Amino acid sequence: MDISLGMEWYLPVIWSLLLAVAIAMYVVLDGFDLGMGILFPFAGSDRERDQMMNSVAPFWDGNETWLILGGGGLLVAFPLAYSIVMPALYLPVIFMLLALVFRGVAFEFRHVADTSRYLWNIAFTGGSTLAAFFQGVLLGGFVQGIKVENNAFAGGPLDWATPFAALCGLGVVAGYALIGSVWLVMKTDGATAIRARAHAKVLLVAVLVLMGIVSLWTPVAFPRIAERWFTTPNLFYLAPVPLLTLLLAYAVWRWLDKGHEHLPFFGVIGLFLLGYIGIGISIFPYLVPPSLTVWETAATPASQVFMLIGTIFMLPIILGYIAFVYWLFRGKVREGEGYH
Amino acid sequence: MEFDPVFLARIQFAFTISFHIIFPSFTIGLAAYIATLEVLWITTGAERYHRIARFFTKIFAVSFGMGVVSGIVLSYQFGTNWSRFSHVAGNVIGPLIGYEVLTAFFLEATFLGIMLFGWNRVPRGLHVLSSIMVALGTSLSAFWILAANSWMQTPAGYELVNGVAHPVDWLAAIFNPSFPYRFAHMVTACYLTTAFVVLAVGARYVYAGRHPEDGRTMMRMAIGLIAILAPVQAFIGDAHGLNTLEHQPEKIAAIEAHWGETDGVAGGVPLVLFAIPNEAEERNDFQIAIPHLGSLILTHSWDGTFKGLKAFPPEDRPPVAIPFFAFRVMVGMGLLMIAVGWLGAFLLWRRRLFESDWYLAPIRHIWPIGFITILSGWFVTEVGRQPWVAYGILRTVDAVSPVAGWAVATTLALFVLVYACVFSGGIYYINRLIVKGPEGPALEPPEGLPNRPLTSAHEATRAAINAAGE
Ligand code: HDD
Ligand code: HEM
Ligand code: HEM
Repeated sequence: MDISLGMEWYLPVIWSLLLAVAIAMYVVLDGFDLGMGILFPFAGSDRERDQMMNSVAPFWDGNETWLILGGGGLLVAFPLAYSIVMPALYLPVIFMLLALVFRGVAFEFRHVADTSRYLWNIAFTGGSTLAAFFQGVLLGGFVQGIKVENNAFAGGPLDWATPFAALCGLGVVAGYALIGSVWLVMKTDGATAIRARAHAKVLLVAVLVLMGIVSLWTPVAFPRIAERWFTTPNLFYLAPVPLLTLLLAYAVWRWLDKGHEHLPFFGVIGLFLLGYIGIGISIFPYLVPPSLTVWETAATPASQVFMLIGTIFMLPIILGYIAFVYWLFRGKVREGEGYH
Repeated sequence: MEFDPVFLARIQFAFTISFHIIFPSFTIGLAAYIATLEVLWITTGAERYHRIARFFTKIFAVSFGMGVVSGIVLSYQFGTNWSRFSHVAGNVIGPLIGYEVLTAFFLEATFLGIMLFGWNRVPRGLHVLSSIMVALGTSLSAFWILAANSWMQTPAGYELVNGVAHPVDWLAAIFNPSFPYRFAHMVTACYLTTAFVVLAVGARYVYAGRHPEDGRTMMRMAIGLIAILAPVQAFIGDAHGLNTLEHQPEKIAAIEAHWGETDGVAGGVPLVLFAIPNEAEERNDFQIAIPHLGSLILTHSWDGTFKGLKAFPPEDRPPVAIPFFAFRVMVGMGLLMIAVGWLGAFLLWRRRLFESDWYLAPIRHIWPIGFITILSGWFVTEVGRQPWVAYGILRTVDAVSPVAGWAVATTLALFVLVYACVFSGGIYYINRLIVKGPEGPALEPPEGLPNRPLTSAHEATRAAINAAGE
């Protein structure tokens, strides 16, 4: 690469980090909303379901906004990558969006409905589960690589549909259900919380198994990723990632056993981040794996700088008022207690 | 079967964005209305403002939810369906949308939580502040997205490097020539749209004698706003048209179905009231026109002329029929809005409004007028921009993604299906909320208008008749 270490080098790196933060925020925050939706059918009664929904009702819209920032951020900072990745993953992107439509309107409609409530329960669970599944498929489709010719997508509409992508889909469904369950452990009480605690343990095992399969499959199927992980000295630097994951999973199990209410939630966030860092290590610096890097797809520096100024200024303010709202609605939601 | 991917992508975009715009048009105005009600509530202490604010907040929640989910679809469609456009215009359009997310979407989405769920949890002042923040967020959202759209209509502040637009002057790109007009026109349109919904809901209550106190307040506030804003909107629209004549003359030629030369009228350009534009033979069939009025409106002179469609090569001309008819629908509705507003204001002034059943009865059903007008206006704007997606920079046919036709056909069918479900659900539940009406502490004592006792008697009788009829 003959890019000197000037602005053209730093800006795309800064932007890929910012984008990574936006996506991580989305995965954690909308992850627990969607996970709660996946667990919806397992609740004991409709009153428990109300309680579950009330625990996220004031936040879900803000949580989903990180998805817009993720997509928008890709367009802002790496328009070329955006214009290749989106058509390549056309169908799963649209399926995910349609699933989110159902999930989103179910929040408002279910609240107003009475006899047709059960329909919106189904829409809510179906929407949440499918949205999670297709997000996993997107991840899988992205990791496995995209066919590019002349700076444009050159594959077919079903290139993404592989067993690997489906496995990633299942992994994300299990992961979101896990973070949803520990969210409920933290934010609800009574029967809902007890049930959630039991779910969390099953899901923790499921997530570890799926993470394990994906972590073994990736280096076997994609030599470029094996090379990143299993050559010295990388091996020594990277070995802590899986080890930490196992340790943290064990800790979460213990915390659940001991009746902790907040620690499991933060422990699972840690697990998510470790998995996420693992993916980052496998991919970087490619933004359209395996061919185009963050530098080759970057927007012109004028655009990246213009947006960076706004982001540096706005992001702390946004994080501030988001924290304020979470603080305002702190504490547990009790069965039969709505905010309206 | 062969699917034309460009055509399908255009239909899909037109469908999804037409669906989306219905909700912001309403929620931009409604957020401002709710914030106003809450400010009135804490400054005057009158409980009815609180009651109406809470009532409309429930309706707001349902519409906002639909606006959000359909908006997310749009932001991703730039990539999924218009990837060449994203690549060519991304350097300019991207940051504008990015700023929309940072300054508007997070603001409204976060404070919405307090607005909807904080009534019993936070102090009044904080609740009012949250409603103001949500209103501010929706307006900022309109600001940025209209900057992006206006840049596509009248690009400025950029240079082309290897066919890709690079920004050189951000202020010029944001405040591009058509932006101030489009922003003013759109925000006014949103307020009018909401005012007509509020007016219709109020008229429904007053007519049926239910929630009369609240119904009258709604009607008074709505009529006041309409009587002023509807004529202002006509002025802004006129200015907008003059601006378009300067920057996109072929769009104006299409709007006016003005072919040039063969109009057969010497001197100024006529105003075509009705015609069937005939693109094959480059003329109008069944034309009814008023001589010179076109010149008068667009050049503000008796004999002024402006370019007809024939002055542009056929491959640069927009389709004629859609802009032509949609424009007439918009202006017709605009004139109707002025009439309704002024008539209402007159009746209000004569203190006859709430007894004039001949006015109330039809007005109960006027709520869709703003939505129809806004959609018509956007069809004029967007179809009139064709064949360009970014005027003079990129043609629509060159902007499309390399996605197979059948894939787009599949998603289009799914969108139609899903949106039909969601839309019927939304309308059904909003109507239920309206039927239920405002709830809250007992009604206030009568305001002491001279015709008050008579009014209440009148309403009580009507309520009884209605109850018997139901
Ligand atoms: C309540 C809604 C409403 C009302 C009453 C009017 N309009 Fe409008 N009009 C819109 C809502 C709208 C809109 C939907 O908001 C558009 C589409 C894009 C835009 O900027 O505004 C629009 C576009 C639009 C355009 C196209 C500009 C362009 O694409 O370059 C023109 C020339 C006018 N309007 C002119 C008028 C006139 C002369 C009106 C006189 C009554 C009028 N409008 C009433
Ligand atoms: C003139 C056209 C438009 C206006 C005035 C407008 C305005 C708004 C407003 C006020 C909202 C808040 C939700 C609501 O109130 O219902 C919203 C939501 C949204 N719009 Fe639009 N919009 C327009 C077109 C578009 C387009 C073309 C896009 C695609 C880039 C888009 C993307 C979005 C997104 C992603 C949301 C969800 C935001 C959230 O979660 O709060 N909008 N829009
Ligand atoms: C919100 C109200 C809007 C409506 C109802 C609307 C309507 C339409 C329609 C009918 C078309 C199809 C035109 C044709 O192909 O003949 C179209 C195309 C398009 N519009 Fe809009 N539009 C709106 C606002 C916007 C905004 C705010 C943006 C951008 C920020 C935008 C971007 C586009 C794009 C990218 C296309 C696709 C290319 C094309 O066919 O021209 N639109 N829109």
